[in-house]
Amino acid sequence: MKKVLYLILISYFAVFSADAKVIKVGKTRSVAFIQRAVDLSQNGDTILVDPGLYKEKNIIIQKSITLKGINYPVLDGENKYAIISIKAKNATVEGFKLQHTGRSEIKDLGAIMIYDSYKVSALNNILEDTNFGIYVQNSKRCTIEDNSITAYGKDEVQSGNGIHCWRSDSLIIIGNKIKGHRDGLYFEFVKNSLIWRNVSAQNVRYGIHFMFSNRNTYVGNIFERNEAGVAVMYSNNIHMYNNHFLNNWGDAAYGILLKDITDSDISGNHFTKNTVALHMEGCSRIKLYKNIFNNNGWAVKIQASCDKNDFNRNNFIGNTFDIGTNGSLVLNTFTGNYWDKYEGYDLFKDNIGDVPFHPVSMYSMIIDSNPAALMLFRSLIVSLLDKTEKILPGVTPENLRDNKPVMRPISL
Amino acid sequence: MKKILKYVIVDIIQNKIVLIYTFLLLLISLSVFNLESNAAKGLLSLLNIILILVPLISIIFSTIYIYNSSEFIELLVSQPVKRKSIWLSLFGGLAASLSLAFFIGAGIPILLYHADATGITMILTGLFLTVIFVSIAMLAAGITRDKAKGIGLSILLWLYFSLIFDALVLFFLFQFQDYPLERAMVFFSFLNPIDLGRVQILLQMDISALMGYTGAIFREFFGNQVGVVLSFFGLFIWIAIPLFISLKKFSKKDL
Amino acid sequence: MIVTKNITKTFGKLKALNDISVSFNKGECIALLGPNGCGKTTLIKSILGMVVPDKGSIEFNGRTINREWLYRSQVGYMPQIGRYPENMTIANVIEMMKDIRKDSKVHLDEDLIQSFDLGALMNKKMHTLSGGTRQKVSACLAFLFNPDVLILDEPTAGLDPVSSEKLKDKILLEKEKGKLILITSHVLSELDDLITEVFYMQDGRLMFYKKLSELKADTGEEKLSKAIAKIMVA
Repeated sequence: MKKVLYLILISYFAVFSADAKVIKVGKTRSVAFIQRAVDLSQNGDTILVDPGLYKEKNIIIQKSITLKGINYPVLDGENKYAIISIKAKNATVEGFKLQHTGRSEIKDLGAIMIYDSYKVSALNNILEDTNFGIYVQNSKRCTIEDNSITAYGKDEVQSGNGIHCWRSDSLIIIGNKIKGHRDGLYFEFVKNSLIWRNVSAQNVRYGIHFMFSNRNTYVGNIFERNEAGVAVMYSNNIHMYNNHFLNNWGDAAYGILLKDITDSDISGNHFTKNTVALHMEGCSRIKLYKNIFNNNGWAVKIQASCDKNDFNRNNFIGNTFDIGTNGSLVLNTFTGNYWDKYEGYDLFKDNIGDVPFHPVSMYSMIIDSNPAALMLFRSLIVSLLDKTEKILPGVTPENLRDNKPVMRPISL
Repeated sequence: MKKILKYVIVDIIQNKIVLIYTFLLLLISLSVFNLESNAAKGLLSLLNIILILVPLISIIFSTIYIYNSSEFIELLVSQPVKRKSIWLSLFGGLAASLSLAFFIGAGIPILLYHADATGITMILTGLFLTVIFVSIAMLAAGITRDKAKGIGLSILLWLYFSLIFDALVLFFLFQFQDYPLERAMVFFSFLNPIDLGRVQILLQMDISALMGYTGAIFREFFGNQVGVVLSFFGLFIWIAIPLFISLKKFSKKDL
Repeated sequence: MIVTKNITKTFGKLKALNDISVSFNKGECIALLGPNGCGKTTLIKSILGMVVPDKGSIEFNGRTINREWLYRSQVGYMPQIGRYPENMTIANVIEMMKDIRKDSKVHLDEDLIQSFDLGALMNKKMHTLSGGTRQKVSACLAFLFNPDVLILDEPTAGLDPVSSEKLKDKILLEKEKGKLILITSHVLSELDDLITEVFYMQDGRLMFYKKLSELKADTGEEKLSKAIAKIMVA
């Protein structure tokens, strides 16, 4: 028995020590090129790279190795090449500064390209002036964590996405900071993934953009000042918790645009100072609860094509308009929300207003058909029109109402 | 000029109405800030006061005051003083005391509860509207000899600027719905000092919604420094022109 | 001292002044006479710049008064009906006038305030005063700054006989100092001792302007009232 154990131990160490070779790369060392080190390495090896500038065109990794930079060595793509391409299991790229990728009309070029891989990690890298930042395709269980990804894109056509994922499964994307790309985060056909604590700001198009990506969870991300906010489409079973959607301004900018999203949960999110905080079309069975809509132009624009969505216990504070809609058909429910525009009373003192609240103001409907009329907003004539409409509803959908509006903001 | 101004101001201060107005504003401002659940909402309630009550009180009080000063004016006109000084002193006295009333009654509470860009824009707008409607009152009182007619005219002017004008614009908007009207709207807002002031406040308060405005012209115009300067210049013109016309009238008026 | 040239003023259809040309000189005391509504007050107000004539010009000491104001520091004006800011006291009004005319650096003439005994009423508000007391205030203000020209519109109307007499004495006194005095009055009898010339208007026109002595000679009457009556009948 003892012998067997010993044997196992020996053989384990033998395997481990064989794997655990460390190759050092640097200008003054015997291995001066990273690609050379990769070629020399075997599965399980670690390659340590000294600080310095490396122009190695496209480094290709097809082994289970760890590529690690010391003090962020700079890998330069010379505006022509992708910088690192990985097609492997269990590979890691960590601690590099990657800059100046190429741009191509035909091929997507990025700083870290991950193809057909399994359990590949990109950790703690700094990406600057990249076309695509980190590009994941046909991969599973990859981790992209704590990368700082900055581009200086000027228009949608010329720039790529910060983190681009396509046909992948079970990705973990945590704590990345993405700036100035076309879309900060882009997912198409990505399933079962977690997107946590990322900051996606000032991108040329969307902060996050996903389509056909079901069963993903988005937690604690910040999407700020993106030209078109956030757009998510054609997906189901989406979970969005505690994200911040801030300062997305423009005529087609949304805190978040939901198009054909079904069976999802949206909770604890903060929508602040967006032109339209939440735009929904063709959405069904979404539960929206405990979100905070603060100082937006429109808190929610819900098209008549949406049904069975439920708004519950949300705070609507300081928005120019709380709800906008484009028809009289209302198949969604609003219950127990706090509306700062509610002027009803609470005789029972149970914190529930005794009269229903109609969150759609007449003038918001007028503006919907005649945007220039926004300039008369808050004038006496408009206040009178709105008051009249409240007493004698004619234009606004009668059954779009909250029957149990709460009197005080819900503490969240 | 200075001396006459002094007498006008002393007289207005002795007149209880301005004190009551100050107190009323103070009461309203403090109560909206204390009763509303948040200061932003209080500010919103105050907006209506500023856009409706301030012009109304300013124009009515000034018109009545000018008519009631006919003795004073008569007395002074036969004395070695310029007519211009008499008229400008009346204007200055009214503008100064009503502005002070507004500043104490609404300005200070705003500064206490909501001293940000929105609050300050609101105070500035309120002050401008006060002075503009004093100026319009000078015109209304200058062109009609009859007190009743003059007061009627100023009420009508107030109604026009705070309601009828916007109703007409709204009507116009619907009539010409299919045309791009942004430029026209910029132009229209200069034709009404209340609108001009209101737009300044909108730019602070509803900036998120305005940013979604499909025609970017409004945003581009009012959203930058030049636009803001132009708007305040517009407000200034609204003080100067009625005052100038009334001054011309008064310098030829038979007493 | 005061010269009007062809001044014309119409109020609506009424021609209040019709082509009046006249010259009033230092040392004269002129009675402006004529039936009600003949334009006396309008003429006075034109001279004071309170009414702006449609045509013609007015000169004061050789300078046109159009848009001028400083010349009024040489004029004391007592209006027909003195109207004052209601909630000021007499003292306030007098103080204010002093304040406004302070820079004229003249010796203040407060004789009338004393002879009318206004001192005791100084703290009364204007709206509590009787018509007569207001007249007294008006008179005091007109004389207060020792002006070269006095324009008195119905000065004795509403005054009691004693005060009336005091005012007349004052006017005489000022006349002797060589001032130009313009008076309108309906009480012709009291003008006899005061005036040196008569200016007679009707329907906005100047009928005649002559020395009192001439008028008396022409009509053969001793009393001004009689003389005027004779003219009016004729």
